[in-house]
Amino acid sequence: MSRKYTAALVGNPNSGKSALFNALTGARQKIANYAGVTVERKAGRLILPSGEPVELLDLPGSYSFDAASPDEAVTRDVVKGTFDGEAVPDVLVIVIDAANLEQHLVFAQEVLELGRPTVVALNMVDLAERDGLTLDPAALSEALGVPVVPTVAVRRRGISELLAAIAEAETHADEEAHKRWHLTLPERRLSAKHIARGTILSKSTRHSIENGVDKVLLNPWIGPVILFGLLFIIFQAVFAWATPFADALEGGVGILSEATTDLVPAGIVRDFLTEGVLEGVGSVVVFLPQIVILFAFILIMEASGYMARAAFLMDRLMAGVGLSGKSFIPLLSSFACAIPGIMATRSISDPKDRLTTILIAPLMTCSARLPVYAVIIAAVIPRTTIGPGIGLQGLVLFALYVAGIVGAMVVALVLRSTVTKGAASGFIMELPRYQLPRLKDLAIGLWQRAWVFLRRAGTIIFVATIALWVLLSFPKADPGESQLDASFAGAVADALHPVLEPVGFNREMSLALVPAIAAREVAVSALATTYAVDAEDEDVAAEGVTEKIAALWSLPTALAFLAWFVFAPQCLSTIAVARRETNGWKWPTVMVVYLFALAWLAAGATHWIAVSLGL
Amino acid sequence: MTLDGFDSERSARITSVDWAALAEDESKRLQALGVDEGAEVAIMHRGIFGTRDPIALRLGNMTIAIRRAHAAAITVEAV
Repeated sequence: MSRKYTAALVGNPNSGKSALFNALTGARQKIANYAGVTVERKAGRLILPSGEPVELLDLPGSYSFDAASPDEAVTRDVVKGTFDGEAVPDVLVIVIDAANLEQHLVFAQEVLELGRPTVVALNMVDLAERDGLTLDPAALSEALGVPVVPTVAVRRRGISELLAAIAEAETHADEEAHKRWHLTLPERRLSAKHIARGTILSKSTRHSIENGVDKVLLNPWIGPVILFGLLFIIFQAVFAWATPFADALEGGVGILSEATTDLVPAGIVRDFLTEGVLEGVGSVVVFLPQIVILFAFILIMEASGYMARAAFLMDRLMAGVGLSGKSFIPLLSSFACAIPGIMATRSISDPKDRLTTILIAPLMTCSARLPVYAVIIAAVIPRTTIGPGIGLQGLVLFALYVAGIVGAMVVALVLRSTVTKGAASGFIMELPRYQLPRLKDLAIGLWQRAWVFLRRAGTIIFVATIALWVLLSFPKADPGESQLDASFAGAVADALHPVLEPVGFNREMSLALVPAIAAREVAVSALATTYAVDAEDEDVAAEGVTEKIAALWSLPTALAFLAWFVFAPQCLSTIAVARRETNGWKWPTVMVVYLFALAWLAAGATHWIAVSLGL
Repeated sequence: MTLDGFDSERSARITSVDWAALAEDESKRLQALGVDEGAEVAIMHRGIFGTRDPIALRLGNMTIAIRRAHAAAITVEAV
């Protein structure tokens, strides 16, 4: 028996499918995309009691084969065996929320009609007991005609029984499918009601905790206050807790760079390794701690059921600009980095909503802008206070964040009435039951996000930084001439300068913008290089460059530079990810053009207004 | 009377839904969730600001968020 068997988990969203997947496969998981669509393909390996390995697929949560989103279409096509490049799963494991039988049995029956070898996991029976339900799995099994195994994925209850049932179902894998009579949706719903009634032995009148908790968390007055309090804590954590880890990573890159310098003889190869590879990829990898912390919060919010409530609370605000509450999660992620933010838009089912969210995600102030803001603000904004505990510098920083958010809202409004025009998007979302997140699921989730980010840094970002390094390093400068001036990048800056001069930029600033295309914060070290500050390290360079800027830049010029960075698409990796997620160059091009146009206008307006005010 | 104007926390039975007033994928999603003729629902929570949008419905053991525009297409009667 050399044939390798496959199984797939199918079920409604919020059936505890992912937790069951983790319990069945442990950390042996592989995340990729289904061919041709940006739907995540999660596969893992489970070991049957006989020791035989089976590939297990975690299919996207689905309410029906009559798909209302790309995710649901993938589930339908894979289960029916019509998805190109995916073998039809030998065994289907239908996951049902025990406390929500009447609803989950509707889709379960649709899957059972296929007549494939099937096992039903009656999941989260503990939550059903908490709600006062006593269930009869044997009655359910008889009604459905397939084995039913009660499970509590998060406590590994029923897992070995489920594995045994999968092994038994597998022995029928090569038989002809016994297709069942097709029922219409109303018929399935009626039959689901009957089956649920037959399965529920007793039902106490105990109320679920959801309503009580939601009375507070969804309260029109208290709810938003709690949400913004939480967001405040998240921001504090992302920027404060991550610093020591980011410093350590930066130190590690520095050590690697020194080791390379010692081992490799001076020349092109060493420059390529230290200045190109290590510095380029290193400048992106230092954001890993912030991304991990942010995702820890996001995963907790999702696993506990609060994220859907946050979307509920934000929906009204987002509806004002033609989006829905579902765009809130990707945009929140974009404050750490637009790359995971754009990837998170996959959860938005409406294609125009999703596109609009991708296009405005770069306007959320990502953490790479912070070093640039910090240096310029320190140089030109006085350290005065304008009220108890309110410093002028902090206020300017806050204003820059707000400018990004307001800009994003205005752009969304414009996009929704032009290029992504369409009917106002709706907001239909199940608010899942509250649950205590489990550490293991959290750890697996975090590891996966971190890995996806690192893999991206190792591929797209790697290639982009190498290309930029070549532009900056050739042709070689004559002695006494600055390398940046002599390079191709210098020539590009010269060509750019006439365009940037009207908005108040000096030539050094135009030059700094070129390397900053790889990663925004490089603008600081680029300025440092141009001002011939003799320092390699960004922090040391920053100290020197702050004084230079304070002495050499006028206030309107510095403010224009800040305004530029609020909008400018100064990050190749974001553009690369946008291309991948929109399957083409059309929308990344739109994004780059509108962002540069906005940046130019914002810098210009800032400069002209500041000059006319006599600043 | 339509669902958007119905009292909060009172059970209502859906008598008809004006599917033509809703986008196709929204109709599909609502039907898949069980928001259809004959279902019993109750408005549990309403959103912020003047419009009190969106609203959270109780349907069986589920809570579902929908917009008021959807609720306006749903005709209900008191149970």
